[in-house]
Amino acid sequence: MSTPQKRCVQVLNEALHEIFAVRGDVYLLGEDILDPYGGAFKVTQGLSDAHPDRVLTTPISEASLFGVAAGMALRGQRPILEIMFGDFIALGFDQIVNGIAKFREMYDDQVTVPLVVRTPMGARRGYGPTHSQSLEKLLLGVPNICVVAASECHDLRGLLMNAVDDERPVFFIENKLMYGRVNRRPEDGHIGELAVRESAGPYPALTLSGADFTEASATIVTYGGMVPVVLDAVTELILEHEIFCEVIALSQLLPMDLDTVLESVARSGALVTAEEGTLTGGFGAEIAARVQAAAWSDLRAPVQRVAARDGIIPSARPLEDAMLPSVHDLVEAIAALEGVRS
Amino acid sequence: MSTLETFYERMFFIRRFEETLLDLFSLGKLVGTTHTYIGQEANAVGVIDHLDPGRDVVFSNHRCHGHYLVFTNDAFGLLCEVMGKAPGVCGGKGGSQHLCKGNFYSNGVLGSIVPVATGIALAEKKKGSGAVSTVFLGDGTMGEGVTYESLNLASLWKLPVLFVVENNHYAQSTPVELELAGSIAARGAAFGIETAELDTTDVEEIHEAAGRALARIRDASEPYFLVLDTYRFSPHSKSDDQRDPAEIEERRTRDPLLVAGARLGDGERDAIEARCEQRLAETVEAAEAAPAARPEAA
Repeated sequence: MSTPQKRCVQVLNEALHEIFAVRGDVYLLGEDILDPYGGAFKVTQGLSDAHPDRVLTTPISEASLFGVAAGMALRGQRPILEIMFGDFIALGFDQIVNGIAKFREMYDDQVTVPLVVRTPMGARRGYGPTHSQSLEKLLLGVPNICVVAASECHDLRGLLMNAVDDERPVFFIENKLMYGRVNRRPEDGHIGELAVRESAGPYPALTLSGADFTEASATIVTYGGMVPVVLDAVTELILEHEIFCEVIALSQLLPMDLDTVLESVARSGALVTAEEGTLTGGFGAEIAARVQAAAWSDLRAPVQRVAARDGIIPSARPLEDAMLPSVHDLVEAIAALEGVRS
Repeated sequence: MSTLETFYERMFFIRRFEETLLDLFSLGKLVGTTHTYIGQEANAVGVIDHLDPGRDVVFSNHRCHGHYLVFTNDAFGLLCEVMGKAPGVCGGKGGSQHLCKGNFYSNGVLGSIVPVATGIALAEKKKGSGAVSTVFLGDGTMGEGVTYESLNLASLWKLPVLFVVENNHYAQSTPVELELAGSIAARGAAFGIETAELDTTDVEEIHEAAGRALARIRDASEPYFLVLDTYRFSPHSKSDDQRDPAEIEERRTRDPLLVAGARLGDGERDAIEARCEQRLAETVEAAEAAPAARPEAA
């Protein structure tokens, strides 16, 4: 079976059209989202022409737009807020932490806040220090929200539809490079040469194996824009070092559910985390703490983290490349694991 | 339309409720904090009388008890909430500043509530419900940037929002002269929002002005910016008051209870006050007897 492969931006755009067609309570708010422009990354193309009453282009007021979306959600609507660059969520943190995340629990479950914030994170386009970051980790410390990271290997349509149907506030993290890439869905249980298993639930985790889940020297857990980088590293490890790794591509970052990771670590005995955000206090740190607590006896080596250096993301491409986690960094981290070579 | 007797009763009940909270604090029966509405009662009573609790929405701030009592008439739920009792309106999770019941909400970060109230107005406008979203601000809130983003959005999108600025002349301990440049009313006008400013503690005057504001919002589907010059007699929260006592005494001559009470007969006023005291005593007794909020069994 072979399905026509679409670019991720098209899949997301079609999903939004479908969501608007089936749900009359969905609204879209964001900057520069009206046609013919259709949004900075064109994910919202055609929506304002099709649904002019439910697509609102906004002033450049991110700090209050998070609150506006919260107000709509409190009153029974399903707002989708597009934040043009993920970096700009920093403007919304009061609303996120003291409103969106709190209303349901502090009002004793009398309300829900079913909103979706869509925003692209990620670097490798030379956009510089304030338009390139991966700030998901700032959201991972906020209780009562859901953080979903899309990757080119996930069912993007399903993820987005489930996010809109979710009663919780969902931060739906897209990736700038992902938009232009093909949405690589499994065919006959494989993506390329790797066998794939997909977990259940609204935001599945993918487990990819080059050895049909029989053996693995290490597990690499990652998400979002790092997924293709990790897959390149895994291919290099197989071809050049004959080291077989399993990859877990999470889509649900929060609440953190590490069942698939623990299952893979039970086979591999070693874990490397891979994220594009800066190292300290990040995704990998949280996973390392949890996995070491839950599976200490399965691990033969300390959990290793691969991440961006703790600094800014420079504009000049060679400087940017030096800052970000690379295929080389991953290969080195795996090769350095104790007992990884037979 | 409510009568002066009703206004007086609502104001007197708020006054005594808030005084009772301060008493309970000094007896060690309350923990945490509270921000009492003592002195500002005419604002809540004059404005909220025009709202329909079944349709309209109120978003209030840290100083929310007066607004809550007038809009919901739920003294028991509020007292239990502040006392950390299980029947509290938010099960003891919210406490004094974080209330929710029906169409009433409050939150404790200044300015934070203004965009949410604006979003509520957008939702209600899109639904065609006819609801007005009323948000209570203070002079301190004028220092928060999202207030101005919200004024812009409400005007731009012609949203049914009533912005009520209760200028009590102090942001916690800081006098308005040290925290605010320019004019408060001009801030609303600058965004093309119809604005009115009143310097009065007369509940009937406030009621009349709020009536004009709400009629305008409902007729034109546009926001309105109502600035009410006011004063709180009590501290910002409990014991944090360094204001000149002479200033407070001068303001007490314009106590909204005195202004409204002078228009009632002595017998009428005494009867209202006795009713309030009775109701309050019953509420306190019931709240004290209520079980404390407890974590759910794991």
